[in-house]
Amino acid sequence: MLNIAITIAAVLMCLSLMLNLWRLFKGPSRPDRILALDTMYINSIALIILFGIFSRTTLYFEAALLIAMLGFVSTAAMCKYILRGDLIE
Amino acid sequence: MEFWVELVASILLVTGATFAFIGSLGLAKLPDFYTRLHGPTKATTLGMGCLLIASMILVTYWQGYLSVHELLITLFLLITAPVTAYMLAKTAMHHKLQILEKTTDKTLSKRAAERMTP
Repeated sequence: MLNIAITIAAVLMCLSLMLNLWRLFKGPSRPDRILALDTMYINSIALIILFGIFSRTTLYFEAALLIAMLGFVSTAAMCKYILRGDLIE
Repeated sequence: MEFWVELVASILLVTGATFAFIGSLGLAKLPDFYTRLHGPTKATTLGMGCLLIASMILVTYWQGYLSVHELLITLFLLITAPVTAYMLAKTAMHHKLQILEKTTDKTLSKRAAERMTP
């Protein structure tokens, strides 16, 4: 039962990654693209955690935490950059 | 015991993945940027919360002691998602992205866009 649930969840996550990628390519404005990238990193954390459950190891949580922190910092940096034209003034 | 743990974890996994999918569907389908901002920053965070709780239950059951890695990730996502949404909305306002016709209180948005950036 757990394997079926993990498969369903992984398929849904891959579909949502495809939707995010579509928005990333199409997105009419730059904030749209940043939002699509932000959602993509959150969904990739979900995929990593699903793989960690599937292979029954806790090794991947550090990777998930790293992706979460780097994703937040990069989103904030990109917003700041297109807001002000500079990162550190 | 094994069956009930797996049942609860499976329900949480499928629910969380469905929430994340709905969030991404909203990102792809909704008409303007300010409505699109709702999908990922709320639904996806809720979905990630469900997934991480399922992972916490399973790892705690398998290892025999409490696993708090997931709690750390959940806390971090819950703290950073509103900050990201705020910064993106502020960026969109200063870039004067077009707002849907039926949006109410447009005067407030005009006033917010004219304010000095931080």
